[in-house]
Amino acid sequence: MSQPGYAGTLAEYEKTGGYQALKKVLGKVSPADVTQLVIKSGLRGRGGAGFPTGVKWGFLPKDHQGPRYLCCNADESEPGTFKDRQLIERDPHQMLEGILLACYAICAESAYIYIRGEFVLGARILEEAIAEARRAGYIGKNIQGTGVTVDVWVHRGAGAYICGEETALLESLEGKRGLPRVKPPFPATHGLYNKPTVVNNVETLANLPHIINRGPEWFASIGSPPKSTGTRIFCVSGHVKRPGNYEVPMSVTFRELIYEHAGGMRSDKPLKAFIPGGASAPFLTPDHLDVKMDFESVAAAGSMLGSGGVTVMEEGTSMVWAALRLMEFFYHESCGKCSPCREGSSWLVQTMRRIVAKRGRAQDLETLADLCKNIAGRTVCAFGDAEVAPIMSTLKHWRPEYIALIHEAEASNLLRPHPAAAARH
Amino acid sequence: MTLTEKYKDEIADILSRYPVKRSALIPLLYLAQSEKGHITEAAMVEIARILKLTPPQVYETATFYTMLNLKQVGKFHIQVCKSLMCALVGSDTLIGWIKTRLGIGPGETTADGAFTLSTVECLAACGTAPMMQINDDYYERLTEEKLDRILSDLKSTGSSALKTGPFMWPEPLAAKVETPR
Repeated sequence: MSQPGYAGTLAEYEKTGGYQALKKVLGKVSPADVTQLVIKSGLRGRGGAGFPTGVKWGFLPKDHQGPRYLCCNADESEPGTFKDRQLIERDPHQMLEGILLACYAICAESAYIYIRGEFVLGARILEEAIAEARRAGYIGKNIQGTGVTVDVWVHRGAGAYICGEETALLESLEGKRGLPRVKPPFPATHGLYNKPTVVNNVETLANLPHIINRGPEWFASIGSPPKSTGTRIFCVSGHVKRPGNYEVPMSVTFRELIYEHAGGMRSDKPLKAFIPGGASAPFLTPDHLDVKMDFESVAAAGSMLGSGGVTVMEEGTSMVWAALRLMEFFYHESCGKCSPCREGSSWLVQTMRRIVAKRGRAQDLETLADLCKNIAGRTVCAFGDAEVAPIMSTLKHWRPEYIALIHEAEASNLLRPHPAAAARH
Repeated sequence: MTLTEKYKDEIADILSRYPVKRSALIPLLYLAQSEKGHITEAAMVEIARILKLTPPQVYETATFYTMLNLKQVGKFHIQVCKSLMCALVGSDTLIGWIKTRLGIGPGETTADGAFTLSTVECLAACGTAPMMQINDDYYERLTEEKLDRILSDLKSTGSSALKTGPFMWPEPLAAKVETPR
């Protein structure tokens, strides 16, 4: 795809080895063996949670009669992440081949690509690629004469972050409000239309043809084996010279990614903070620059690799303001199903706005910590944990910034009595 | 003319994709929106009839999603991303530029009905910020000059060549084009 002039058509994809993996396995390797290959490769979900892909496939009931579904999660909505958009728009057949391989492995005859509504161009490109692949006999009935049937459809979302959560995605695909389901039961047994379903991210699926072609050992030798194998596409944004997508093995450090690949800081201001894996991942400090970008190392540093969106902030950026901007995002995107998240996000955003506007009070920090504690872990989906991450982590690393803003507020408050206090007198 | 009369084939095609009719709800709401720029109550009632749902079932879905407009928007719907990643590199400034040029703030429409300005959360273009979406198209790595050109293109011809094509950023080294393509 990075070859200049590569247009992502079927002919070009085939010229670079495209659809060979599909031909290699269809009717020749059993679905169970394909699953084993993927387990052996160590591939973990690239959407955010990092669950081992082959293991996820293995959860589908083996004796189930009737339809099973694959849903490709192309909702890409985690702030800081823009890798799937490139995979979709520049090389649609790579992910389609991955979809077909996954469908074969889980014996699904229907796949839906749930793409975020804003990706109008991406949806159009995928529709065209599907039509092309259908004409060439890669999609549809009796693929390449092997008797295997897989149909693929594009389904556009309509602007809701939560629909990237797999059960909310299924609800949305069923034409309902995108409210996450209570788990268990998991989608593996009760997914789309209550049938066994696998939901995989675009990048996860795009890795499959390469694992089949080059073998699981090859894939498992890249990155930080045994737990974080392969490469990942990291999306760098913020105050760097060359923001963008960079595919690197999961063994490089943040320093290497930010200073070598992304060209370092955009000005002479040093790095102050970075988010390692999308808006849901706690902020890290320059002390963490030498952390390796694999799932375990980032978790040990107190954050998460998440969706691979790395946002860099330079010295001079207010961390309280940054946390507020993310909090506004979460407040807007809370689906409203669970009260701790629905009400809590509103309280958090109000408190944060007050502090940033220099109208904060001494007890606000306690309020924030208390609210966060009562949201995290008390919601149906992981959104609750995600929304408190920016505030909790900035409070941990940059507490003096919060205190300075509140002190400033209090100093000016000395000149005018608080309305409540004035009312008492 | 009703949707059923006008889009008979499209509706049949959409319905054929799903084993359960309700899945066609969002695609049909999009179809209705393409007609008038927003979704009317009459369209929702008709969609309910097509899918054998009650009108409130259609309404509850329609009200959940930000891209489904239940109110009239301008001919060009400008949506500026204001999430942190864009804010770090100037989305607030971009909103200011638009304000001075069109005289509208977020949530407002110009008197001639041509432009509506909205602020939205992350559109997955953080590496090419600041950015905005106008109707179906993305415009990225925006500067004041680019914004001027885009607005004047839209006013005169209805589209602008500055929109982003198939996305890749950074560009492959050999190719040198300013906008991500």
